[in-house]
Amino acid sequence: MKPNLSVRLGNLDLKNPVLVASGTFGYAQEFKDLVDLKKLGAIVTKTITLKSRPGNLSPRTCETPCGLLNSIGLENPGIDGFISQKLPFLKKIGIPIIVSIAAEESPEEFVVLVEKLNLIKEIAALELNISCPNLQKNKLIAQDAAETFALVSQLRKITTKCLITKLSPNVTSIVEIAQAAQNAGSDALALINTLGGMCIDIKKRTPKIGSWVGGLSGPAIRPIALKMVWETYNKIKIPIIGMGGIIDTESALEFFIAGASAISVGTANFVNPRVSLEIIEGLSKYMREHEIQNFNSLTGKLKACQN
Amino acid sequence: MKIQQIKARIVSNKEVKANFWLLEFVSSSIAKAAQPGQFVNVKVASGWAPLLRRPLSIHKIKNGKVQLFYEALGLATEILTQRRPKEFLDIIGPLGSGFNYQKSVVKSGKTKNILIAGGMGVAPLVFLAEKIKMHKPLVLIGAQSANKVLCAQEFRNFGCQVKIATNDGSLGFGGQVTDLLKINLTLENSVNLFACGPQPMLQAVAQIATAKNINCELSLEAHMACGIGACLGCVVMTKSGYKRVCQDGPVFSSKELTWEKR
Ligand SMILES: Cc1cc2nc3c(=O)[nH]c(=O)nc-3n(C[C@H](O)[C@H](O)[C@H](O)COP(=O)(O)OP(=O)(O)OC[C@H]3O[C@@H](n4cnc5c(N)ncnc54)[C@H](O)[C@@H]3O)c2cc1C
Ligand SMILES: Cc1cc2nc3c(=O)[nH]c(=O)nc-3n(C[C@H](O)[C@H](O)[C@H](O)COP(=O)(O)O)c2cc1C
Repeated sequence: MKPNLSVRLGNLDLKNPVLVASGTFGYAQEFKDLVDLKKLGAIVTKTITLKSRPGNLSPRTCETPCGLLNSIGLENPGIDGFISQKLPFLKKIGIPIIVSIAAEESPEEFVVLVEKLNLIKEIAALELNISCPNLQKNKLIAQDAAETFALVSQLRKITTKCLITKLSPNVTSIVEIAQAAQNAGSDALALINTLGGMCIDIKKRTPKIGSWVGGLSGPAIRPIALKMVWETYNKIKIPIIGMGGIIDTESALEFFIAGASAISVGTANFVNPRVSLEIIEGLSKYMREHEIQNFNSLTGKLKACQN
Repeated sequence: MKIQQIKARIVSNKEVKANFWLLEFVSSSIAKAAQPGQFVNVKVASGWAPLLRRPLSIHKIKNGKVQLFYEALGLATEILTQRRPKEFLDIIGPLGSGFNYQKSVVKSGKTKNILIAGGMGVAPLVFLAEKIKMHKPLVLIGAQSANKVLCAQEFRNFGCQVKIATNDGSLGFGGQVTDLLKINLTLENSVNLFACGPQPMLQAVAQIATAKNINCELSLEAHMACGIGACLGCVVMTKSGYKRVCQDGPVFSSKELTWEKR
């Protein structure tokens, strides 16, 4: 029996459910010596904005117990730079490319970005990063259900590409935002982006990162991410791409059982670049051992504790 | 040269001076490909604590073996001291772009090459000294005090002339290594400077180089997450915007750097 790992997100078919998360895999070419890229389910690019962005002050990263605090500040070459410098390599890989996009000032920037990306057939899907904590904004779109609904509805009208909305954990109810995105026509949800956090150097009495606060990722946030995926799955019909601290097959399986249809590997790419491929193999093995024919039958199969 | 992720067998891991350790591992491919100024990214223990790899310079290459020279100063480097011969170390490398010495050093026989090492900054410069030993470089080593002077004998073994500066005057020149550099810059020669050490030292070296219009390459440090240019965590400001220390560097020409925070 050859396990079938394929999944479908909206109109997007993936040969396996393992993605690499935005901002943790660059534009893929950085990993070309270390990872057989075409084996991945899909690649999500670093978030692209309309204009190029220099990014935030350094230091931009700091390690925490089993976690990573970062404040990169969406450094990117802008959409035109992305299309001319980064996309040619991505196109050649031959797997679905998901472009993550964000607005700096006004949601209207999303419209221009989507219109430009609509024209490129090799781009399989768009991920709306409305949840980046490192833009020094008072409020993120993903922290407001009405704004999320308005933006996704507007973009839904102008694209037939698969739309993935990336949600923030820095909210009182992620389910509410997830529902807004679903009702507005999002094909799938990606959760979670990083959690707001900070670290202090007690010798210098300064923050450990240049922009004072940043976003926390890595195994430290996994239980939070998992709960959010589970809560959202229970209230939502569109597929969920789960992420937050996935580092191996076991942690990936937790997310599927909680309700994810696909998963993204983020911070773990920095530690073991091959981890996504190891997870793909691990999932096949798990399916054989548990005689699961189709991977999607595992999603959401969580039962109550038995004692 | 392709970047590799390998499980390398540790040959030895010894404390050569209080808190300073020399670790040797086997990797004929890294040994063959590595250039002075490049580094490897080391996962010091299996499991996920500490989470990130740690960058360590390639210190020496010998018969298919690679040496790292490190100071035990925190979580990961302390754990590294506990790794034993015959164990395997998960390593990614060789990484970064190293010293551009081939162009500048070989240019003219009359050019004087000066290596300036501050503290742990000796680590990549020993490898460079070996590569250019036929040009008899001058090595200036700076340290807090006599007992913190590193690798002087290593450099002498390559036939380098070595001069030492200690901040407390306990050995050699009393004062900053950059003051020692000023004294040793004679006007008649054209000069190449190669430096590695704490940022204030590098900045002072760059200032001297700019004032005298000397070719100068500096190896920088920055906190890194991925080490391969993907995360954009370890950037430094240059005249053409932020660059990644891990991939565009760690070695930069002093002409490129602006030393501003943004
Ligand atoms: C390209 C490169 C090459 C390097 N080569 C060497 C080498 O050959 N030998 C060597 O001993 N060290 C080298 N370093 C520095 C080394 O990576 C750090 O000392 C190490 O990561 C500290 O890890 P730790 O967990 O032991 O310390 P931590 O517990 O992480 O930190 C201890 C202290 O060190 C500081 N620190 C941590 N990482 C860095 C860093 N990357 N740069 C500056 N300060 C840091 C922290 O702020 C803290 O004050 C290099 C760094 C870079 C970027
Ligand atoms: C260094 C770094 C940069 C990131 N950049 C982005 C980004 O540009 N856009 C985005 O949507 N998420 C970004 N993220 C968030 C990740 O995509 C992911 O949502 C988060 O890190 C949780 O997953 P993890 O714990 O597996 O890393 C970044 C995360 C890290 C660690």
